[in-house]
Amino acid sequence: MTSARKIKVLLAKPGLDGHDVGAKVVVRALLDAGFEVVYTGLRKTPEEIAKRAKEENADVIGMSILSGSHIPFAQRFRKLWDEYNLGTKLWLIGGNVPKKDHGALKDIGVDAVFATGSKLDEIVTYIKEQTARWPRN
Amino acid sequence: MATKLAGDPNGLRRAHVPLDEKLPPGVKPVFSESGIEMKPVYTAADIGREGDTLERPGQYPFTRGIHAEMFRRRPWTMRQYTGFGNARATNERFLYLIKNGQTGLNVAFDLPTQCGLDSDDPAAEGEVGRVGMAVDSLRDFEVAFEGIDLDKITVSLTINGTAAILIAMYLAMAEKKGFDIKGLRGTAQNDILKEFVGRGTWIFPVEPSIKLVGDTIEYCARHAPKYSPVSVCGYHIRESGCDPVEEMAYAFCIAKAYIDETLKRGLAIDDFAGRLSFNFNIFGKIFEQVCKFRGGRRLWAKILKEQYAATDPDTMWLRMIAGGGGFGLTIDQPENNIMRGAYYALIAALAGAQTVALCCYDEAYTIPSPKAQRISLRTMQLLIEEMGLCDTVDPLGGSYFVEALTDKMEAEMRRTMARVDELGGIVKLIAEGRLQDHVSQQAYEHEKKVESGEVRKVGVNCYRVEEDEPDVEMHPTKPEDLALQLASLATIKAERSAVEVGCALDRLEADARAGVNTMPAIMAAVKAYATVGEMTKVLVDVYGRYREPIRFAAE
Repeated sequence: MTSARKIKVLLAKPGLDGHDVGAKVVVRALLDAGFEVVYTGLRKTPEEIAKRAKEENADVIGMSILSGSHIPFAQRFRKLWDEYNLGTKLWLIGGNVPKKDHGALKDIGVDAVFATGSKLDEIVTYIKEQTARWPRN
Repeated sequence: MATKLAGDPNGLRRAHVPLDEKLPPGVKPVFSESGIEMKPVYTAADIGREGDTLERPGQYPFTRGIHAEMFRRRPWTMRQYTGFGNARATNERFLYLIKNGQTGLNVAFDLPTQCGLDSDDPAAEGEVGRVGMAVDSLRDFEVAFEGIDLDKITVSLTINGTAAILIAMYLAMAEKKGFDIKGLRGTAQNDILKEFVGRGTWIFPVEPSIKLVGDTIEYCARHAPKYSPVSVCGYHIRESGCDPVEEMAYAFCIAKAYIDETLKRGLAIDDFAGRLSFNFNIFGKIFEQVCKFRGGRRLWAKILKEQYAATDPDTMWLRMIAGGGGFGLTIDQPENNIMRGAYYALIAALAGAQTVALCCYDEAYTIPSPKAQRISLRTMQLLIEEMGLCDTVDPLGGSYFVEALTDKMEAEMRRTMARVDELGGIVKLIAEGRLQDHVSQQAYEHEKKVESGEVRKVGVNCYRVEEDEPDVEMHPTKPEDLALQLASLATIKAERSAVEVGCALDRLEADARAGVNTMPAIMAAVKAYATVGEMTKVLVDVYGRYREPIRFAAE
């Protein structure tokens, strides 16, 4: 048996959008799948999220955005990545993201987009597949 | 006796309500969304209470409707939810909807306005005008309602955290335009307790938030007695995951919390409770939804009469806007949402809702397009003009099934409310995050059932077609709208009297600290063109900010 530490996911709600039904559902699905999950609660600035990710040493950052502000938020967050020297390896965005914006988000540095309508299984499987290759400590 | 179900850390999980008879062999059990088991056939023997057959619309306990002739006198008000960009753009859409036969307005505000931030606040970056109209000062209200007769078109403001400020703006705007606020009708959502459970535009901690709601109720009762200062929303708690019985029960518990707060101010129940209204959801099973409203009307009337000794029938009316249904809509095969919306509208009509705001087919993911809004409006107009839904009041009354289910829904709502009280009351459950946890657990279980196919969703987990590639088209935001809003805010700040604003804000702070009603001070500040952000900051300095409890207890 290995005593591998659990993969830690920080799930964040950036901006002022209060729609948290989906984010909380994803938190529960990730907990059930065996991840360690930190949920920020509502209305976090990019700075607060970066700071929390650093403090928690999160492996994965997920952001739930339903207001349509995903591109400006991703751009603002990307600038903080180096400033906070984040060791995070995976960056996911979920919410109301039109297909035409997926490419732009990936160009900014987002690893995957799970738009409204995505299945919980898809999210869990994706994180498991991506993190399976990582060395554990 | 409080019996805790296994795996129920919040103590709120409702038990299923089984049949008291055996199903015929080979017939599978079926439950309503609220967990009430359904018989394959209902008969006269299922109507337990003889009184049901004697109930009349317009008479206590109003099960069949709050008015005797309901839609024969006037069809329900059609009040689609709208607002985006700035006041000018919103005003244009208002006029478009009114031209198309809409009979009420339902204003959407952008998130900075809802969270108490001005458009030029750095925290508002990227969000100004995005999901609703941006409001900084009274000037925005003056522009948004240009050319609209506020005596004919009633306006509903979907605002909560900053509701006291926006109600003051609405009243001040109406006064400036020459309307008598003594006779002015309209509604504000102003239900902060549900914001802590779903929707999330809270600002202040729970206790001062309730105090502010009390301030608005008291102020309106004394100065704008026809205005409905609160619309208690079971709606968003349902959207957050609870079942139909809980939707009503929690809303009634919340409404009682506001009533209790207002009674402390020395008003009599009949002075104000008649102006409290409700906002409920309409997605779900047709008959369970209709019975939810019938049972809810009866229960609310009884609560007012028996627990609060109300004497005026108006006070006992369950006034409501029924609508939405976003949780029921899907991003897959979005055209199916047009049909879903038609059935939701049918539910509202059969249930006798006075006002309906029907979800648009694209509303699951964006601000509706004008075309989607017109389709929703036409859906309701079809029911009214072509389908005869206004001809007869409570057409399902007397149905064995509907009467039996109405009784069951009422009994379950009552039981759920009693459980909340046993656990210390709705305010405590919300402050501790237990209600939120319970509701979100249900959303999770629902999602798992949709993904496993146990709960069927057409176009999502059955009847899919190859080419289904769901995508969304977002409402476009115009950079020039932001520029205009910022310019307008700068102009207001330059033109207004800094001394007058400063004095008004000082008075607001003093009144908030003294614990007296803040509405007169807010009215004065609004008339001096103080901004939403300035007034909110004063109140945050006095009350502090809410800290969200994060709770994920495994049920």
